[in-house]
Amino acid sequence: MATVLGIGRGPRGSRSAVSLPVPPALRRKRRRELSTAVGFLSPWLIGFAVFFAYPLISTVYFSFTHYDGFNAPTFVGFKNYTYILTKNADFWQAARNTVWLVVVMVALRTVFGLGIGQLIVKIRSGAGFFRTAFYLPYLAPPVAATIGFAFLFNPGTGPVNHFLGELGLPQPGWFTSPTWSKPSLVLLTLWGIGDLMVIFMASLLDVPTEQYEAASLDGANSFQRWRYVTLPNITPIIMFAVVTGVIQTMQFYTQAIVAGQVASGVVGNSGQPFQPGYPSGSTWTLPQLVYNIGFQNFDYGSACVISIILFVVAMAFTALLMRRRAGLVGED
Amino acid sequence: MSTGNPQSSAHSPERTGAPAMSDTAVQTPGDTPGSAPATVRSRSGVPSSSAAAWRRAKRQKRLEWIAVHSVAIALALIFILPFVFLFLTSVMTDSQALTTNFWPQHWVWSNYRTVFNVPGFGTWWKNTIEYAVLGTALTVLSSVPVAYALAKFRFPGRRVAMLAVISMMMLPPQVIIIPMYLFWAKQMHLDGTLWPLIIPMAFGDAYSIFLLRQFLLTIPKEYLDAAKVDGCGEVRTLLKVVLPMAKPAISAVALFQFFSCWNDYFGPQIYASDNPAAWTLSYGLQSFHGAHQTNWNMTMAATLLVMAPVIVVFFFAQKAFIEGVTLTGVKG
Repeated sequence: MATVLGIGRGPRGSRSAVSLPVPPALRRKRRRELSTAVGFLSPWLIGFAVFFAYPLISTVYFSFTHYDGFNAPTFVGFKNYTYILTKNADFWQAARNTVWLVVVMVALRTVFGLGIGQLIVKIRSGAGFFRTAFYLPYLAPPVAATIGFAFLFNPGTGPVNHFLGELGLPQPGWFTSPTWSKPSLVLLTLWGIGDLMVIFMASLLDVPTEQYEAASLDGANSFQRWRYVTLPNITPIIMFAVVTGVIQTMQFYTQAIVAGQVASGVVGNSGQPFQPGYPSGSTWTLPQLVYNIGFQNFDYGSACVISIILFVVAMAFTALLMRRRAGLVGED
Repeated sequence: MSTGNPQSSAHSPERTGAPAMSDTAVQTPGDTPGSAPATVRSRSGVPSSSAAAWRRAKRQKRLEWIAVHSVAIALALIFILPFVFLFLTSVMTDSQALTTNFWPQHWVWSNYRTVFNVPGFGTWWKNTIEYAVLGTALTVLSSVPVAYALAKFRFPGRRVAMLAVISMMMLPPQVIIIPMYLFWAKQMHLDGTLWPLIIPMAFGDAYSIFLLRQFLLTIPKEYLDAAKVDGCGEVRTLLKVVLPMAKPAISAVALFQFFSCWNDYFGPQIYASDNPAAWTLSYGLQSFHGAHQTNWNMTMAATLLVMAPVIVVFFFAQKAFIEGVTLTGVKG
């Protein structure tokens, strides 16, 4: 910044004589600027300290303690880490499920979102209608959408299996089958593709038409136009979609827990025992494990270990995004 | 979105600001122009071979139109049908809802009245509206000045502040939930209420700050300079110049925040699960299904009622919404 304003602190050759009277005024101006900035930022500065920095440090601290919320925390070193990583069978199952969901959901959502975006851009008649139709499911509150899907895909009386039966196709157990529960969740998130569709649609419309014209003049066919004009132009957006998709899917929680509860027929929220990850642990995810270990077993220390694992992965992907798209942060 | 003449190719609809995308490397394949084989351009006075080519191109265009629209119609049906099935089931009798029938024998509209007799349903509405309205208002009030400072002020540490905002935005809520819960429950004694979710919104929401800042970057500096020349301080500039220009972004942020409060499941589960009087719709809906296990019709009526406000709001604010989604991914 100082270099932009052109005046350094120390004397700098011949110019120093001229700039001598300026520094006090400039310093005052800068100080005023800084205090204005702090004033505008103050709500967030408090928020950052109280709702981000403090809990983050606490999470690290608790991960090294045994704490049940009633007795004072006692330091136990890496015991919680070894417990989670070597003795807790649920952890590895939840981690495997989370990785499965991240890979499959992000890949399918990106391809499907791009496909629908491409389709919308090509539509000439009724684009408004189609755009709304594809976007609407994204708006359905996750709990409501999950309960709705649990009904549609319910093996006994659901319309989906009824249709499949009419067509003579196999009728899987969907949310009640350990093999099909995760694919069912993927279908649910593909239904809510609206956000990605809009982002891809906008980026496809931003590809300069001249580039397509130039490619056509060079005799490129439609696949080559897509490969050499569209794809390079939207690569940053694909990258954005993948990274934010990974971070979002790592947090996959509401749909998994609601689907498990509805499908298992447990009276939700009533305290009736619910086997998390129903059916047979196939929908366990790491965020559910944080909730379960922390708020059901009151083992806050071990829950914090999983929190830290989630944090490290999320920040690694955020750093990747920042490196590739420095424009999001801007220059100093 | 009005669909005009079919010739108009990918023209981006009204969009504000320059969509400065990063690397836009263009690789044009093939040989250099000049050897373009008989480009079909002029319609009048062309040789007959060229006219045939033109006709062929036209036929191909029509075929593409048919293909694109058939795929779009099929997909739109798949996207819309779940809503239709949920609705049809919601107006069935108790016994018919347990069958595989699609079409209601008797249209039991009173189901929608009956769900309000379910204990708690009215309270959940009240709580959800309170949470969403208060949360949205606080978020907008606290985030606008922060976003303005990050977009337009020059001060040391601006880049670091922006990195911190993005890190907060990407942070999975489960990472800090244990210290946060202990803070609100053990120190503030606010568990069993929604205040632990509402109060932090008075201190800026990272996602809203990020989105607003991306938009404010597109406001030309000249407007702000003109206001300063007229003797406005930063506060007056923000209120009189920036706010009116930022209306689309502010409405997008308000909508997103309203929806995220409305849809929130994890927050109420952590803080309010022990106190049904503080449940929200998203949280209560699941227990509703539990208690009315066999009554899919009632569950579907309640599910649709929970979806309805979000969808109604969307239809009134579609444009702001789409612009907001675009802003998160494409610009910057």
